[in-house]
Amino acid sequence: MDLFVNEKPISTEEGLSLFDLRAWLKKDADIVILNGFPCREDHPLRNGDRIILIRRGEVPPFDELEALMAARHTPGVHQRVKKARVGIAGAGGLGSSVAVALARIGVGKLVIADFDLVEPSNLNRQQYFTDQIGLAKVVALRDNLERINPYTEVVIHDLRLAQDNIPIVFGEIDVLVEAFDDADAKAMLIETFLRCFPEIPVVAASGVAGYDPANSIVTRRVLRNLYLVGDGQAEAKPGQGLMAPRVGIAAHHQANAVLRLILGERAE
Amino acid sequence: MQIRVNGKARQITPSTTISSLLQELRLSNAAVAVELNGEILPKEKFAQTLLSDLDRIEVVQFVGGG
Repeated sequence: MDLFVNEKPISTEEGLSLFDLRAWLKKDADIVILNGFPCREDHPLRNGDRIILIRRGEVPPFDELEALMAARHTPGVHQRVKKARVGIAGAGGLGSSVAVALARIGVGKLVIADFDLVEPSNLNRQQYFTDQIGLAKVVALRDNLERINPYTEVVIHDLRLAQDNIPIVFGEIDVLVEAFDDADAKAMLIETFLRCFPEIPVVAASGVAGYDPANSIVTRRVLRNLYLVGDGQAEAKPGQGLMAPRVGIAAHHQANAVLRLILGERAE
Repeated sequence: MQIRVNGKARQITPSTTISSLLQELRLSNAAVAVELNGEILPKEKFAQTLLSDLDRIEVVQFVGGG
């Protein structure tokens, strides 16, 4: 029978069980994942099964690491996610968290644009560190993503997005994430991008400030190819700041919508 | 004339433009995206685009924060 062990194809005799395979290939593996699911009990194996064997604490060689990182994805998902190219406009509270989530699930390519520098008031919600204050956000984010998943290709643009450069920066992507702070800029980006690329979906956010209930944040389809995350109302203003929990919830709504679109599912 | 705004029927007078509709809806021109019959309409066309009977308009308004 033909199996994949740590993503490498292998042929074995019929009737082999999961634990027989471990005893044969990696006796000291203490994490055994069968088709995306960790197993504590022995299972019969079938043709085409995908098995991951991990020795806890052992740093795997670079060529094996990617497969081990993807071990908890449902088989078949990783290959599709790996092919996806996602644009992220803005690397603040929304964009930096969307980027981290998409790198963790192994999206093949991220194109990230922002003009800003990391500053202390960003750290209440954005995916940066105190020793990165003063760096360009896109540079700091690329460094952080590289440490999380070196197999995600990250292309950065340290610039202010405007009508003239949006079609160039985001000319070759499958989904765009709108992750700006300013309301007028959100509208400008969406209008410009969807006029140039009406068939590429955009996942935007509006209404993510404050600490209203998490459950008021939803993902809705609002235009033919525009999905909007948020409560639609909670604007950032004096007395209603932006904070990690609610902005993070919205960012992960966006990341999940992106994943669903990549996998050909309805985003909302 | 009858149009649909975000899925809801609405009566308008014959000379209504996108801009005047947005004013009626008390929405700013800047922080909105407008789709007219399934196509994104650029902001610079809001003032000159007259609405016709049975037009379908989707309007999305954005608030700041991210």
